[in-house]
Amino acid sequence: MTITTSARVAAATARPATRPPNRMRAWATRAPLLPALVFMIVVTQLPFVATLVISFFDWNALYPKDRHFTGVDNYRQVLTDPDLRHSVWTTVLLTATVVLVSLVVGLGIALLLNRKFRGRGVVRTMLIAPFLVVPVAAALLWKHVLYNPEYGLFNGLLHYVGGPQPDWISNTPLLAVEASLIWQWTPFMMLILLAGLQSRDHEQLEAARVDGASDWQIFRHLTLPHLRRYLELGALLGSIYIVQNFDAVFTLTSGGLGTANLPYTVYQSFYQAHENGLASAAGVLVVIGSIIIATFALRVVSSLFREEVSRA
Amino acid sequence: MSAVAARTATVRPRRRRGVGLGLLAWLVGLLFFLPIAWMALTSFHSEADAATNPPSFGAALTLDSYRDFFGAGGGASPWPALINSTMASVVSTLCVLLLALPAAYALSIRRVEKWTDVLFFFLSTKMLPVVAGLLPVYLFAKNAGMLDNIWLLVILYTSMNLPIAVWMMQSFLAEVPVAVIEAARVDGARLPTVLTRVVAPIALPGIAATALICFIFSWNELLFARVLTGVVAETAPVFLTGFITSQGLFLAKVCAASLVISLPVLAAGFAAQDKLVQGLSLGAVK
Repeated sequence: MTITTSARVAAATARPATRPPNRMRAWATRAPLLPALVFMIVVTQLPFVATLVISFFDWNALYPKDRHFTGVDNYRQVLTDPDLRHSVWTTVLLTATVVLVSLVVGLGIALLLNRKFRGRGVVRTMLIAPFLVVPVAAALLWKHVLYNPEYGLFNGLLHYVGGPQPDWISNTPLLAVEASLIWQWTPFMMLILLAGLQSRDHEQLEAARVDGASDWQIFRHLTLPHLRRYLELGALLGSIYIVQNFDAVFTLTSGGLGTANLPYTVYQSFYQAHENGLASAAGVLVVIGSIIIATFALRVVSSLFREEVSRA
Repeated sequence: MSAVAARTATVRPRRRRGVGLGLLAWLVGLLFFLPIAWMALTSFHSEADAATNPPSFGAALTLDSYRDFFGAGGGASPWPALINSTMASVVSTLCVLLLALPAAYALSIRRVEKWTDVLFFFLSTKMLPVVAGLLPVYLFAKNAGMLDNIWLLVILYTSMNLPIAVWMMQSFLAEVPVAVIEAARVDGARLPTVLTRVVAPIALPGIAATALICFIFSWNELLFARVLTGVVAETAPVFLTGFITSQGLFLAKVCAASLVISLPVLAAGFAAQDKLVQGLSLGAVK
């Protein structure tokens, strides 16, 4: 998986080509890079190749002697198994909801924080905090301290207004997982968008204001176009992390009540059901999904990056 | 609001609206912080006061849950898990720095050919989901007798954070002006001198932030730790999963445990606040 064409263009514009170096010097330049490169290839690419190979075998860890090649059977089974198909759908729904909501809320908060007001630093620090709670701890906090139907904070507060006392996780399991993730990921989106807002051209803003543009016009025609790439970046990086989410699903519902996403299903099918072949096939499918997202993500990062390089 | 109205708007309504928006920001900030504040307050309540509906805001404060958590009240001691997490996070962060610094040097200061290709290769490995390689790693560890071994986690966490570190440090080292380096060279400074006198002072804050972010990710990691460790090498997040099914019986203790285990990350995160976004967006946003 390497991105080449767009990157090469950036390389060509970056620095004037040096004189054709002799072979020794070329290796001396490359040497500092090699340990990291070799390490990454060994630790990340080899296991994936192994997963790919295993995915074509019928292999249950409890019956190791039965192991045999089955071609694409595992993939056929993964794609036709209703549970697995459901977990694909759950993954899509969970990722899309969390990313979109946290992006929109994050944008609102970033706009608020971009203005000067008393105690802005304190508010910013408070807003970052949810992102800095250990994910398992955050999930535990939502499961026991907030959602608990008997003495959770939500029902406690509802008690004051005489509201109903629902059992949040049982009634709306997926929504419960999503809400906790939105709480954790909104700060991430806010941080990226705030960085985007602060890189705006102030002279252009002033000019628009002097010309009598309203706040909405400025937002619609200046801010939003400028933020577009930051919104894309937030959405794509968020997707990559949330598609892989395991902690929240594992902690809040243990994959029950129809909340099992693909990473949880893969974990379960080899850790509990010992179905190595099936788990690998599902894992390969997760990778294919990620590559689709990643292709877009890399394009966005590379366009931002190219701009950075040409500015330097 | 029409354009004319906006231009002729007096200072006062604008300022009043500014105050309103400031208050709104405070409100949103408090709302997001409320669960954490509530968790902190609950951790200082007795179990009886923690498990009430409606919530008891003014109940007496006590350190019982913390005493319980650290082992005085029976149950497993969290110390081995905390020590394991510290080991895995600190050692893997050091390994990351050791591998990423030379790589970033080759990608920013003395540039190799096709350096952007190499950079994007690193980034692409970050986009490979963890579950894609989990099973082979598990099988390898099992056959090599490395299950429940903290050093395996160190290796995996190093690979997890190396791409981010290479990207971040590349962008921090690229901020060192080439002219300054060349001037030092012309003055006869050798490579070690250039690195310690010229490059390090400029790049050091960025390197520190990179280290903190790697530390955070390693400390938070659950899936690898859950699958590959057991009794001996259990990390803090795995220790926390022991509370998943406690049906609110130990609410105050859950809060104390979550808070104690989150504390290093909160501290590191607040310290790296300004560089955090750059690291999390893999250096694409400054």
